[in-house]
Amino acid sequence: MFAYLVKRVFQAIAVMLAISLIAFAIQGNLGDPLRELVGQSVSEEVRQKLRDDLGLNDPFAVQYLRFLGNALQGDLGTSYFFKEPALDVILKKLPATLELVFGATVIIIGLSIPLGVFTAIWPNSILTRIILSLSIVGLSIPVFLTAILMIFFFSVELGWMPSFGRGEIVHVFGYWETNFATKDGWAHIIMPSIALSSIMLPMFIRLIRAEMIDVLQSEYIRYAQAKGIAPWRIYFVHALKNTLLPVITVGGVQIGTMVAYTILTETVFSWPGMGAMFLEAVNRVDTPLIVAYLIVVGFIFVLTNTIVDLIYGLVNPTINLARMGA
Amino acid sequence: MMKFKDCVAGLALVAALASPTFAEISVKVAYDADPVSLDPYEQLSGGTLQLNHMVFDPLVRWTQDLEFESRLAESWEQIDPTTMRFKLRKGVTFHSGNAFTAKDMDWTFDRVKESPDFKGIFAPFTDIEVVDDYTIDLKTSEPFPLVLHTATYLFAMDSAFYSGQTADGKDKAEIVKHGDSFASRNISGTGPFVVSEREQGVKVVFDRFDGYWDSASKGNVDEIILTPIKEDPTRVAALLSGDVDFIAPVPPTDLARVEKAEGVNLITMPGTRIITFQMNQDRVEAFKDPKVRQAIDYAVNNTGIVDRIMRGFGTVGAQASPAGYLGYISDLEPRYDVEKAKALMAEAGYADGFSISMMAPNNRYVNDDKIAQAVASMLSKIGITVDLQTLPKAQYWPEFDARAADMMMIGWHADTEDSANFHQFLSACADKTSGNGQYNAGNYCNPEADKLMDMANAETDIAKRREHLQRLEQILYDEAAYIPLHWQNLAWGAKEGMNAGDIVNALNFPYFGDLTVAK
Repeated sequence: MFAYLVKRVFQAIAVMLAISLIAFAIQGNLGDPLRELVGQSVSEEVRQKLRDDLGLNDPFAVQYLRFLGNALQGDLGTSYFFKEPALDVILKKLPATLELVFGATVIIIGLSIPLGVFTAIWPNSILTRIILSLSIVGLSIPVFLTAILMIFFFSVELGWMPSFGRGEIVHVFGYWETNFATKDGWAHIIMPSIALSSIMLPMFIRLIRAEMIDVLQSEYIRYAQAKGIAPWRIYFVHALKNTLLPVITVGGVQIGTMVAYTILTETVFSWPGMGAMFLEAVNRVDTPLIVAYLIVVGFIFVLTNTIVDLIYGLVNPTINLARMGA
Repeated sequence: MMKFKDCVAGLALVAALASPTFAEISVKVAYDADPVSLDPYEQLSGGTLQLNHMVFDPLVRWTQDLEFESRLAESWEQIDPTTMRFKLRKGVTFHSGNAFTAKDMDWTFDRVKESPDFKGIFAPFTDIEVVDDYTIDLKTSEPFPLVLHTATYLFAMDSAFYSGQTADGKDKAEIVKHGDSFASRNISGTGPFVVSEREQGVKVVFDRFDGYWDSASKGNVDEIILTPIKEDPTRVAALLSGDVDFIAPVPPTDLARVEKAEGVNLITMPGTRIITFQMNQDRVEAFKDPKVRQAIDYAVNNTGIVDRIMRGFGTVGAQASPAGYLGYISDLEPRYDVEKAKALMAEAGYADGFSISMMAPNNRYVNDDKIAQAVASMLSKIGITVDLQTLPKAQYWPEFDARAADMMMIGWHADTEDSANFHQFLSACADKTSGNGQYNAGNYCNPEADKLMDMANAETDIAKRREHLQRLEQILYDEAAYIPLHWQNLAWGAKEGMNAGDIVNALNFPYFGDLTVAK
């Protein structure tokens, strides 16, 4: 176990080094940060001086090594727009994004398991057909369109839901302010969570359904049926447990992917999380913030994958963690 | 955030104790961006100027009709060709409680001269001399016609508040373009609003300043909450659903919707930003011939672009200066005649046409990429094959600086609200030392035009100045120095009951201090 963790830490460092190098290499193509920093009529001479001050005129290797040196001391650079350390900016935005991801995850788990199991047990039911058709629709509509349609329908036409932002939030500790403590906060997080879950939910319903159908045909289920065990016990205790093994693996990876989908969802709902912040940073060519974001998201990916592996080990004791990833 | 909770609890208590007739007027405003910094002189941008007009006061400001209106300067007179004397308002206090005097104006001027973004505008000015506590002399090196134009940029800063050192030993007055500074996070002006809370990129809360000097202002808004909502559809939805009270800008695709919606008003106004295409004479030999440039102007249907692409949300232009500017010539008509264009091409020896490259941004101006596509297809009718590339603004500007295509789009708004500024940046002979022609990607160069601009910039007699500037505008039109398309209109959406129409202006910073809301 310990050896496994050490290995994972080294992997994480290697991944983040690679990300930082790639992020650094592409930043030259993102545009000129000076354009967003100064007014249009500022002279070229003043621009050059600012470029010198920012170290943008140094060779690539010098800039990258300087970045690495600072990064080792925990400094990922200072955002041009926020004028604060990029890591602080991201950490302040992180709770909003994580709450959104959490909301979407709850919706996905809460709906995909019962629906997946139902469609597997009664494959010919009309309800099954409806669920599966809807899931195709859900899979094929882009997140931002779902989000805009929801805003138009539920906020503008019906006036039931707030259209943007986080609403009333309550401070918990550190940078964490939560939506889940007030009615207004709940109202604000519902639509973004649904929009964010709209891609993953159909996928999980289909995944659970496929796995479940597979498991239901296996020997031990037939044996249990022959033994006369109650059907709900067979479905939810014996069959579901084995169904969830591959689902956990996929799920872990997908939670990481969901962080990426937050970019669109947050932008449409003006959700003050790090996804919307990233898109803004790209528009403003706020390169330190872009690089820091990519590194943090890379870290989240590595972290969720590690946790998934650990959980997998708990659920399935035949897996030997120490040998994994070798 | 404990403070915020206390605040809410406190407010609730106050509301409970106050008489039932007392109602705080709070207005929620959504813009597409929020100010980069609280420093009034860090970045020369619409966002900063909007903030400045809320928290600070300039010496004078523009009215809706582009006249000058007294603010911190009560009166002004020219006492010699290079000196304008301003009498300052008495009894004005800053948010910090400090009294406003001539010393603050002098201090502000010195700081502006250090600002990379603003010092260009103030280059003709040498000094502010303090005559007494409420009189200053604004000096220029040469006679200069745009003293009052520039005085709209002089927002009095609280010199005592911004002097000294911070806890970590930094000068409070310093202007930092990238990174932290005292002035980027702390603010004290004389304006109608005080910044009471700010979370960058999320919201800024402005509270009415109790000690505001302008008792004549009818403004009755106690609190403004400014939220940036970047996405156009979401911003419009927020207005239509009543989550916010005022939005800017309203995207052209939603103008009809906002206009028809109940409980919401659409306010529009012609703007002053001209959208143009420049034809690079250094890259394309044919562009050196005025006939070819005129042919292009004749081939481009400005009116069609405004009608169909802008959905009427623009003012068709044939010159850079919008109506109301000194150089504006009311008789100039947009040229559109495809047959004439073909004839001109044949006359110039290009009857078979030629191929060029074109670049335009796709997220900088309203419908910029669609306009570029339309122009490209219009040019194909006179035999000019266009290879068009559109780019996000962040990538477009480096290409523009490198003059990377034969035809490039640029929109321009004159910071000085004056005709000469268009020529100085867009069509004057490029010169690194003077900075002229910094955005002249056409490499058009006509010494006669430049001479007219210089004469206009040294002429304080308005009638003579107008003559120079109109002659300049006429030359640029006759020679088709570049292709002017239209001036982008401005649009705001406001909830019914807000008299927003009274506070907007062509400069696109509504004077929220004077906003009245029906109770």
